[in-house]
This record gives sequence, structure tokens and C-alpha cells, in this order.
Amino acid sequence: MELNAAAIKQWMHHTNETIQENKEYLTDLDQKIGDGDHGINMARGFQAVADKLNEQDYDTVSDVLKDTAMTLMSKVGGASGPLFGTAFLRFSTAVKGQETINATDFAKGIREAAQGIMDRGKVQPEEKTLVDVWLPTAQYLEDASEFDAEAMKQTAKEAMEKTKDMVAAKGRAAYFKEKSAGHIDPGAASSYYLFAALAEILGEEG
Amino acid sequence: MKKIINNPDNTVQEMVQGIAAAYPEHVKQLPDTTVITRSDAPVQNKVGIVSGGGSGHEPAHAGYVGKGMLDAAVAGEVFTSPAPDQILEAIKVADGGAGVLLVIKNYSGDVLNFEMAAELAEAEGIQTAQVIVNDDVSVENVPARRGIAGTIFVHKIAGAMADTGATLEEVQTAAKEVVENVRSLGMALTPCIVPASGKPSFELGENEMEIGIGIHGEPGIERKELASADEIAQELMEKVLADADFPSGSSLAVMINGLGSTPEMELHLVNRRVQQLLREKELQVYKTFVGEYMTSLEMAGCSVTLLKLNDERKKLLDAPSEAPAFRQ
Repeated sequence: MELNAAAIKQWMHHTNETIQENKEYLTDLDQKIGDGDHGINMARGFQAVADKLNEQDYDTVSDVLKDTAMTLMSKVGGASGPLFGTAFLRFSTAVKGQETINATDFAKGIREAAQGIMDRGKVQPEEKTLVDVWLPTAQYLEDASEFDAEAMKQTAKEAMEKTKDMVAAKGRAAYFKEKSAGHIDPGAASSYYLFAALAEILGEEG
Repeated sequence: MKKIINNPDNTVQEMVQGIAAAYPEHVKQLPDTTVITRSDAPVQNKVGIVSGGGSGHEPAHAGYVGKGMLDAAVAGEVFTSPAPDQILEAIKVADGGAGVLLVIKNYSGDVLNFEMAAELAEAEGIQTAQVIVNDDVSVENVPARRGIAGTIFVHKIAGAMADTGATLEEVQTAAKEVVENVRSLGMALTPCIVPASGKPSFELGENEMEIGIGIHGEPGIERKELASADEIAQELMEKVLADADFPSGSSLAVMINGLGSTPEMELHLVNRRVQQLLREKELQVYKTFVGEYMTSLEMAGCSVTLLKLNDERKKLLDAPSEAPAFRQ
């Protein structure tokens, strides 16, 4: 696996398409355990990312990730803005200046991103947040002897589904206490779309 | 959905423009932002006070910008925290060299975004301090308590304290003391509709009410059959007083806050019973505020806020304010 700036850009564009298609679903998930704006916010944020990345050609992967981070941070709002923004910012820093990244770099970037989410949100694993998708995906990427996009997507999907049984300890969902169990966390769902989008563009190329 | 709006995506920006146009002698919009500032910001050598949060709670927070209260307020999307870059702009415009106090309601999004903005401000050499408001007693776990109408008292007292020429630390202390001494509880009869989603944020049956509901429709303590104004007042007061444990003889400020579509008439009915109960408990009412201070779009319902006063807080509460939503 080798990704250059154009591939990362393509990844973000495809993520945007996926989020737009699932905007209503994400909002419905958030209405069950939050305040019902996750889909609206993520759709606005990723559309802004797509627009921003279209403005120029990038030389390095880290620059694409940095612009993605800054745009998400300023356009998503809510808790998701700083959390997704911090994730991409840490990823960018982890691969700073690189024109291409390989599977090892990617694993490192996702691990740093997961740690960034935990630091920023003061969240631990199993508190029913997006980090419950990022951490298992990072773990899979580190453990895999060879990068397999489909297996990464599957890992992220299973991780997202596991959030269904968790009881929220952080964020607005925490007010629902035990009632938050039984619903997938919306941030975990949009994180899955992100990894699924990458698997899909890599699949098309392969 | 029936609303007086244009494109839902532009609602917040258009509202901010409307606010700036309504009170040009007091406030202005910071260009290219959703920040409302005092028209004379920054005030040199005065601690700046910045607050904000999701929109939909008007007059909070832009209505509290003015001499004697906030120096700037940041409006996020409806019920969504503003982003760090916008908050940073508010901090920069509020800083007159004495530092800036951030008044943050205790929601994950608000805390995350304001903290990021504070980091960015510190990196630019602006000193900041923060106070997190968590007056909603409906949440048992104190660190997770939400910030609701009690926030207005924090704005008022911090703003008045800053006007005395106090340092950032002194203003922060005064604000924290308000948080320690203020308690609120709300209830709702009907949900509200976020313009961009077009759907009610939750459902309540025809004969149902919810005690302890959050200002974004977060779950409260319990749903039950609709009761009379006196019974509602009694239930809210019991829970607030049980949590606050104010000694008898305490002097209080009282706020009966409408959530958006509750007639002032009904708020006064609630107030009538609240005042009776306070007399029975031998608690003294120093000042009462009845009206819409922290709303939740068109939600029907109210909240009751009690703030225990001391001599300093009385003086600061009485200090003049030119903020359009809190003129005195």
C-alpha cells in the first residue's frame, strides 16, 4: 500500500460522498442518544473539506491531512469538530512532510489520531465514542502482516457495531445513561464510513 | 415544520446580522464571523468576558453583550458549539490587555471548543481563564451537570466584577462562586424543532410533561402526567432546594425562565407559587427575574433558578448593565 497526496484527497472526497448519502441515518442515530445534529454537522464539515481540497494540488500527504483537520475543526462544530479535527491533525503531524505513506506510516498515523481523540475528549475506550472505532482499527493495522483494505473495513464495521451495546459515559449521550445502550454511537458510525471509504477507493484501484 | 426562516443553512448568520442591526449603539458583528461584540471592544485594561454556545437559546448569548456584562458572544449553529476559530476571534476582540474570562456551559462540545480556543489564544499571548457553568440539578452526577439559565447570573456578576477593575483571577473567582451558589431545574411541555433537521427533537404525549429536561431536549428526571402550575412550581423547587441546601434566612436571586413558547402569564403563575414556597422556607428574595433568558427555540416549558447572594454578589447583581437583554 502506498498513498500519495492525490489518493488522500480522493479518500476525503469519497468520505464526503458517503457521509452525504448517510446524513439522515447519522442524524437519526443522534436523535436516539444525542441531540440529532450529527449528520447535519458532519455533512457540512466534509462538504467544506471537499471544497477546500479542490482549491489546490498538494505535494505532501501531511498537507492534505492538515487542511482536512483545520476545516473539520472550524466547520463541523459540536464535540465532533475538535475530535475529528484533532484526529486528522495528529495524523498529519505523524507523517509530516511525506509525499507518500506506506502501511506502516498509515498505522502510525491512525494510532496517533486515536490517541489525539482520547486526549482531546478525555475519553477512554468503551465509553461509546468514536474512539471505539479508531482504536481497534489502529490495532488491526499494527498487527496485520500485510495491509488488507477489506479486512480494515470489516474491523471498523465490527467495532462500530460493538458500540451498540455500550453505555455512554461521555458527551450528550451520557445523559441517557443505560438508555444509550441499544443504539450505535453516531461518531462511531461516521468513523466507520471514513475507513470504509478508504477501503472502497483502494478496492477500485486494486 | 412552520418557521419564519430563509435557507436553514443561513439562519445563524442572518440572526447575528439582525442582532447587530437592532442594537447598533451597543453591539456590532465582527466581520466574517458569528461573533457579536460590544461596539467599543476591546475595553483597555478591563478583563474581557466571552461566552457563547449553540444558537437557539436567544437572547443567550448575544443579548448579554454590552457594558456591564459580556464583551463578546460567539454563536454556533443551532444547538451546536461554535468552532475554536470563531471563539478565538471573540477572545482577541475582547482582550484589552487584562486577559479574558471564558464563561462555558458544561456540554462536551462547548468545553472542547472553548478549551481549544483558549490554547490558541494563549499561543498568541492572550491570557485566558475559564469558568464552567453546571447549574442543572436534574443530572445526579455533578461533573456532568449541564449549564442552563444560571449562566445569566454568571454573565452578570462576572461582567460587573470586571467593571470594578478586578484582575482576571478575581473575576474568575467571583464567577466560580456564582457557579457554586446557583441551582436550576427545568421542565417542558412540548419539544422544539431545529431548523436544519425540520423534525421535533423528542416526543412528548398530549398529556405529558418532562421534569428536568435539558435545553436541547436531553432527557431529564422523569416524564409524567401534566400537572398544575402550583404543582410544577412545587416539584421544581423541592428538587432545587434539596440539592442547594440553602440555610434559612439566605438571601436569593430568583429567575423564572421561559423556554421559548411559554406565555409570560404562565411564568408569573409559577413565580407566584415559587415566592410562596420561599417564604415558607424562610428564604429571602432579594431580586426576581421573570421572562425569557435562556430559551430552547419554541420549546414550551420553564426553568427555575435560585442564586444565593452575599453582600458582594448583591452589589454586583445590582450594578448597571447596558446589554440589550438585561438592561438595568
